[in-house]
Amino acid sequence: MNARKTSGIAALGALGLLSLGAASAKDASAKDASTPGTSPAPATHQVPRSAEGNVVIALCDGETTLEVKGVKDPARIDKKQAQAISDQLMAEWLRKNPQANWDPVPPRVALAQPQPPTPPPAANADVKKQGESAASDAAGVAKQKGGEQAGHTYGAFSARDEALWKASAEQMVKEGHRVFHDSKELGSTVAISCDMCHPDAANTHPETYPKYQVQLGRVALLRDMVNWCIENPVRGKPLAEDDPRMKAMEAYILAQRKGVKLEYGKH
Amino acid sequence: MKHIKSIETRHHEERDAFFEGLRRLDRRGFMKLAGLSAGIVAAKGLITPHSFQLVSVADAAPSSRPRFTFAYISDTHLYKKELNDRFVRSILRAVDDVNRLDPQPDFVLFGGDLAQLGKKEELDLGREILKSVKAPVRMMVGEHDWFLDMGEHWRTNFGEPQYSFDHKGVHFITLMSVNEKDFWTERGMTPEERMQTVAGLDNGVQSRFEVGAAGREWLKQDLARVDKKTPLIIFSHSPLYKYYRPWNFWTEDADEIQAMLEPFENVTVIHGHTHQMLSNQIGNIQFHGMLSTAWPWPYAPEGLPSLTVQMNRADPFSNFDGCGDGRFDVTAEGLVDKLYNLWDRDPVTVRSSYLASKGKKDRPAATKLPSY
Repeated sequence: MNARKTSGIAALGALGLLSLGAASAKDASAKDASTPGTSPAPATHQVPRSAEGNVVIALCDGETTLEVKGVKDPARIDKKQAQAISDQLMAEWLRKNPQANWDPVPPRVALAQPQPPTPPPAANADVKKQGESAASDAAGVAKQKGGEQAGHTYGAFSARDEALWKASAEQMVKEGHRVFHDSKELGSTVAISCDMCHPDAANTHPETYPKYQVQLGRVALLRDMVNWCIENPVRGKPLAEDDPRMKAMEAYILAQRKGVKLEYGKH
Repeated sequence: MKHIKSIETRHHEERDAFFEGLRRLDRRGFMKLAGLSAGIVAAKGLITPHSFQLVSVADAAPSSRPRFTFAYISDTHLYKKELNDRFVRSILRAVDDVNRLDPQPDFVLFGGDLAQLGKKEELDLGREILKSVKAPVRMMVGEHDWFLDMGEHWRTNFGEPQYSFDHKGVHFITLMSVNEKDFWTERGMTPEERMQTVAGLDNGVQSRFEVGAAGREWLKQDLARVDKKTPLIIFSHSPLYKYYRPWNFWTEDADEIQAMLEPFENVTVIHGHTHQMLSNQIGNIQFHGMLSTAWPWPYAPEGLPSLTVQMNRADPFSNFDGCGDGRFDVTAEGLVDKLYNLWDRDPVTVRSSYLASKGKKDRPAATKLPSY
């Protein structure tokens, strides 16, 4: 669960590929050694605490750990650093398992922290005793502690989650702003960019799409009109619907009209 | 078989014929024709003998004979013609328009932004095209002409950007109003980067426009020699009032300039830059925004002067819609009636009396369609 607290750890996803690979390789070798019919005991990995309170990252091979010097909070690990950590762990594991094969399997990363965060309330809530059930009547519901529902997990996102998501959305908008203002990026052969007619994406009205575009003679999505502009005033080649530039421009245009009433179909 | 003409062709033919006839009429003749036309309207109910509104015809007729007229072309934003011929075709159309005016204007004002990125070949191309204008051309500078080489090539072609002259009793002043404070040195920008930044409307990087201390001092000296009763007509590229700061529809020291113009009886400021119909009256000063030949701009989300009669949204599918050129008729008082020659639309006249009465008199016909 801690993994989703940090983008750095998210970037460690690639690490999981080899970390479980490590575990399976270990399991396989354990199986060979043990008596047939008895399953091997799961490896209990005692992740050492750092004396200085640094973050310690452990592979699930049951033995490999790495202390991240100077980092107390896993949330502070950025993408680049996370990549360096996973490279180091991978190198270490490969050194120990020179013959290893690995399979593409989902990530599993164990993590030790000086002060593990409190799990979200949903995890330790007593649903049976205090929660609402089919048998509860209205009075029973009202008696719930603090008037709060328990036992719900989805939506228990941290402020950091939300900050990360906001930042990545904004990054896309920013990229859209760049494309919108860059005639070369738009493939213009006449040095025209979108902002020349649409400063701050004015007069684009994304909130009115899809709509019947009189001049096209059909119902158009915003991206159809963007492509029309790219082909005509901008004199470039239309972008594919999944072109990252198209997506980014849509993000920018919509961001500029945030809060405007949605009136699809309005011409 | 009878030859069939399209609605557009008929509309333009009727329009041309009507205005041609109108040009040969004196005022009495005009009233007679208007009366006749109105009679037909009354008789036929809603259908006019022409496909355009009689009201706009009445609007187009001058209230009194102008002292003289001058025409304008503005904001052509030329790239070299091998790169972008669309803007070249637009300025050629404007040149044709003013060359066809009869009687010819006393001069043609070019309202700035001749070039798109201030390049030599762009400015030279513009100069070549403007040579085919029959009437003398007066030049004003825009920010697109200036920030590549800080006006060096523009000055070589057209002289100083700030000058004044007297014409038929009116004192004309052309101001250089698009100076910016140095935002480029600190950022280590090349001249091209500086020009590109200024060319973008919606960036917060560049500084705001200003006439600047030296320009204001020059203006003060110039105005000191002018009688307060003499009508003043000022040309500036940026509006000499504060419209919308985020898009630089704005002049930072506008208030100081307005204060300097305050003692004069009749003052008109004519500006380019905003690419839209724009009318404003502040104290004794009347302001008129010019049309662009290159592309129209949407009205800013706030700060629009209340006297502006908005044009509706331009059709993106037409290269010319919302663009155009025009004419100023200088009235006996030395104010101007402005004719917006909107391409592919009916012309609109904004009169000095409309501005002077704060919109109570002579309101120009407005479109029913939203401007966005």
